[in-house]
Amino acid sequence: MSDALIQLAQALADGSVKVVDLTHTLDPDFPVIILPPEFGQCARFRMEEISAYDHRGPAWKWHNITMSEHTGTHFDAPNHWISGRDVPLNAVDEIPVDMFVGPVVVIDCSAEATEDEDFTMDPDFIRAWEDQHGRIPEDAWVLMRTDWSKRSGAPYLNMREDGAHSPGPSGDGIRFLVEERNIRGFGTETVGTDAGQGMHLSPPYPAHFTLHGAGKYGLQCLSNLDQLPPTGAVLMAAPLKIKNGTGSPLRVLAMVGKDAT
Amino acid sequence: MSRRQSYDGVVLVAPYSEPYQRYSIETAHWWIARALRGSLQSAGLKPGDLDGFSVASFTLFPDTAVGLTQHLGLCPRWLDHIPMGGASGVVALRRAARAVQAGDADIVACVAGDTNHIDSFRNMLSSFSRFAMDASYPYGYGGPNANFALLTDRYMQTYGATREDFGRICIAQRANALKNPGAVMKKPLSLDDYMAARPIADPIALFDCVMPCAGSEAFLVMTEDEAVKRNLPFARIAGAIERHNAFPDDPIQLRGGWVMDIDELYEQARTTPDTIDLLQTYDDYPVISMMQIEDLGFCAKGDAAAFVRAHDLTITGDFPHNTSGGQLSAGQAGAAGGFIGLVEAIRQVTGTAGPTQVADARRTMVSGFGMINYDRGVCSSAAIITSETA
Amino acid sequence: MTTPLTPPPRKDPQKRTVSPTQPPGMRSRASLGLSAAAAEGRFALQACAECGKVQYPPRDACSGCLSTDLPWRDVSPSGTLLAETTIRTSVNLYFRERAPWRTGSVQLDAGPVILCHVHNDCDRNGRVVIWNRLDRSGQAVLLAVPEERTPVMEDDPQLRAMTSDPKHRRALITDARNPNAPALAAALKQAGASMIFVAEAESWRPYPGRKALEGIGGIEFLQMDVTDTSSVQRMAGEYGGKTDILINNARFIRPGGALARGDVAFARDEMEVNYLGLLRLAQAFGPAMCGRAADGVNSAVAWVNILSAWSLSNNAEFGCFSASNAAAYSLSQNLRAEFRPSGLRVMNVFTGPTEDSWFQPVPPPKVTPQAIARSVIGGLRDGLEDVWCGDVAKDMHERFLQNPKILEREMTGGGQG
Repeated sequence: MSDALIQLAQALADGSVKVVDLTHTLDPDFPVIILPPEFGQCARFRMEEISAYDHRGPAWKWHNITMSEHTGTHFDAPNHWISGRDVPLNAVDEIPVDMFVGPVVVIDCSAEATEDEDFTMDPDFIRAWEDQHGRIPEDAWVLMRTDWSKRSGAPYLNMREDGAHSPGPSGDGIRFLVEERNIRGFGTETVGTDAGQGMHLSPPYPAHFTLHGAGKYGLQCLSNLDQLPPTGAVLMAAPLKIKNGTGSPLRVLAMVGKDAT
Repeated sequence: MSRRQSYDGVVLVAPYSEPYQRYSIETAHWWIARALRGSLQSAGLKPGDLDGFSVASFTLFPDTAVGLTQHLGLCPRWLDHIPMGGASGVVALRRAARAVQAGDADIVACVAGDTNHIDSFRNMLSSFSRFAMDASYPYGYGGPNANFALLTDRYMQTYGATREDFGRICIAQRANALKNPGAVMKKPLSLDDYMAARPIADPIALFDCVMPCAGSEAFLVMTEDEAVKRNLPFARIAGAIERHNAFPDDPIQLRGGWVMDIDELYEQARTTPDTIDLLQTYDDYPVISMMQIEDLGFCAKGDAAAFVRAHDLTITGDFPHNTSGGQLSAGQAGAAGGFIGLVEAIRQVTGTAGPTQVADARRTMVSGFGMINYDRGVCSSAAIITSETA
Repeated sequence: MTTPLTPPPRKDPQKRTVSPTQPPGMRSRASLGLSAAAAEGRFALQACAECGKVQYPPRDACSGCLSTDLPWRDVSPSGTLLAETTIRTSVNLYFRERAPWRTGSVQLDAGPVILCHVHNDCDRNGRVVIWNRLDRSGQAVLLAVPEERTPVMEDDPQLRAMTSDPKHRRALITDARNPNAPALAAALKQAGASMIFVAEAESWRPYPGRKALEGIGGIEFLQMDVTDTSSVQRMAGEYGGKTDILINNARFIRPGGALARGDVAFARDEMEVNYLGLLRLAQAFGPAMCGRAADGVNSAVAWVNILSAWSLSNNAEFGCFSASNAAAYSLSQNLRAEFRPSGLRVMNVFTGPTEDSWFQPVPPPKVTPQAIARSVIGGLRDGLEDVWCGDVAKDMHERFLQNPKILEREMTGGGQG
């Protein structure tokens, strides 16, 4: 074992590095993205009992579960979007596994999102954050903290007759991260990587379009981002190895140094 | 002008009634065996002497007369099963008499019997007939009580009979039953008791209804020569009729099939109603006895209420009726209820009725009525049974 | 005159719930023709095709001419009460528990004499009309009622025993989002339902009908999604014992048949909602409702499915939706068999295209939510099993009865169009 891993194991054991769960519980009533009804829809999480120590299986309990690749806290692979259809290694089963563990920075937009539910994060905002916390390192995960995960029920999707209203990156903002900072991926607390009104931006759904077109990844429905430091944490986000999968529900964890927060 | 041939040369002997029980743990087979044995013994016969056998029973299932031959060790050359309930006695007699007359059999035992378990009445109702299943039981499941309640209601409306009139029939029969040690009912019945009884299906109350019970009845049919040779007291059949599904267009059964054939019955018997010494009607409810009094010619249609008011129906009265107490007071032992009047009639005209004996009983009218297939009794029968010398 | 029913008192927690018993349900095959007519609320008897004689009880051969051609025909239900009785004792448990019970003998103008139940408001020897109704065994029985309607005649205990009247009962409507929900809830309230529960799925997304439902007043919203087994079980645990009428109004619909769609995604949703949703509801609510089918004035009484008339014969434009409804229809028949011992009735309301966005491109006539609500309430009051709502459904039914194969050709494009 290398020294670094021995030190990590010790740090985990003595609590100087702690593990934060960024995942929502898979619950049948957890919101999913809503598209116009003539389009295909994202399957909700569902669980059916197979047996429960009874006549269907006397000594064991188990369930069948069904859901979409994009239900609950989930990972988006490049092949999720039309812009990423021809990107090499674009399916969850093909992505190199070292992509699933790596550095993460958190840009706190919670105050702005509280103020404006349609808040979009643009390059100026990101640069301002960098002025305070340093340049976003290459190949890092960038998570946009909005405290949206603290909402539940109708205010989470925040659907109105003109669609959902929730924060996200502006077109320029996500292009800045991808083109100027060459990030690994982008994550949000909302139901998508794009803002609720993202279809009215240019291009429509700029986060999906830009990230996946560049072979980058997405994470959404994250929680507990308020427990992460702006920089210095390590993210572990390994989707299920689904053949040609475009994404996957997953357990997202972060390792955080004790003195980092 | 009747083409009916007489029953000359055929006689009825050895009437036997096995004492009834309210409930029995025995089977119909047991009850039939008891009555058969009682009848044979009273005639001094052995089972092997029989060559004809006729059975009526509701509770033999899954057996019929066929199963009984093996069960009871009989080897008849003539066998009959009469599924006609209250009409079965006279019908059995008619068939057996013709068999003996024709030489198809020499000695025929006619037996009816049923058991009564705690649940047998309910079970019997549930499989009684298709029309009852389809169109009668779903309507309150009153069984025969409900059918006769409707009939009684209509009869009262049409002819002005009152509950007191029906009560007279019941009270007289109870008086008769008190002289019959085999009867189920042992307590006297007053008009006040009758009127105050618990209502069952208006206007029918408790004492208008028969008590289902277990019991059996039997008699033998043989040639007169055979009876004389064996020195057995015998009765003659002056005439006998049956009819099924008469007057189907009558909206409610206010007359029975007897009306179609009664003139021929008297003609065959070469007699008239006024010569009849006593009457045994089928009496599961008093209204049907009233209808028989009318339809058998003892009074005009609708006059039976006045008739029962004007006559004393007890054993010692001027119009003895159902002298053993009838089903209303002796009990209704299933198909044996179709035999009770006939067996009592044979006893009466052979002078062997003992405590219920009517003085100088020479000519008896016996009638049967049976099978409430849907809204009415389908089978009717009647016979005039006379003494040896009548 | 009928005494108006009073609202039932709250249940005495120390009393055992009365077990359901049944009137005699055995019938000959011929007699089932009467039950088939009663399921739709019609009075029909066999009439000889050769001599015309109207028969009763049902037969296999004419009692006039021995013809065996005895088709069922709607006949005049009028008649005269000839005789009557009040049965005060019976060896049948159902009637024993409900005595006294009035029955009678009626001379029909059409010919036969029938034995029948007699409504309390009938005059002795009066003129009556015969209603052919299903009793709690699910079989047809005939009931004499007065020629003219009498006040609150539906409250007569004998009549109420044959119907599924919502008055003083508690109803649960599934799928608050369905455009029918407000109309159903309003109609139930007007029909005297004492409580109305509306199951709402995914309250995290708004829907326009919510305001309308709230406007009715007194509606209790239950968080329940028929595709989510745990939510159905949870609500059945909480409300199964006070659901007297369950109206399954959940529907998932998309246009298209097998080839038009090219995948099974919507088909799966249709099966999840339209078929498996019904199954989940039945498994969760059925046992409690069956157990309360004799529980006094507000006994559990009916299970209502709102189905597409295309469950009878597939409409290719909505081929996969039709198939899911055929599955639901078949399951409703299974529920009838399994609910039968309790007396809980399954009523299917079949509709043609409804007045909503999914049928917007389909030409009229279309069925409004109000029409569906009227059919549901009417069917419950008449104790029906099958109700055909709207012209399209009625037309389909008629064609189906005449020849299902011809209907299939017409529906699948083999007719003149």
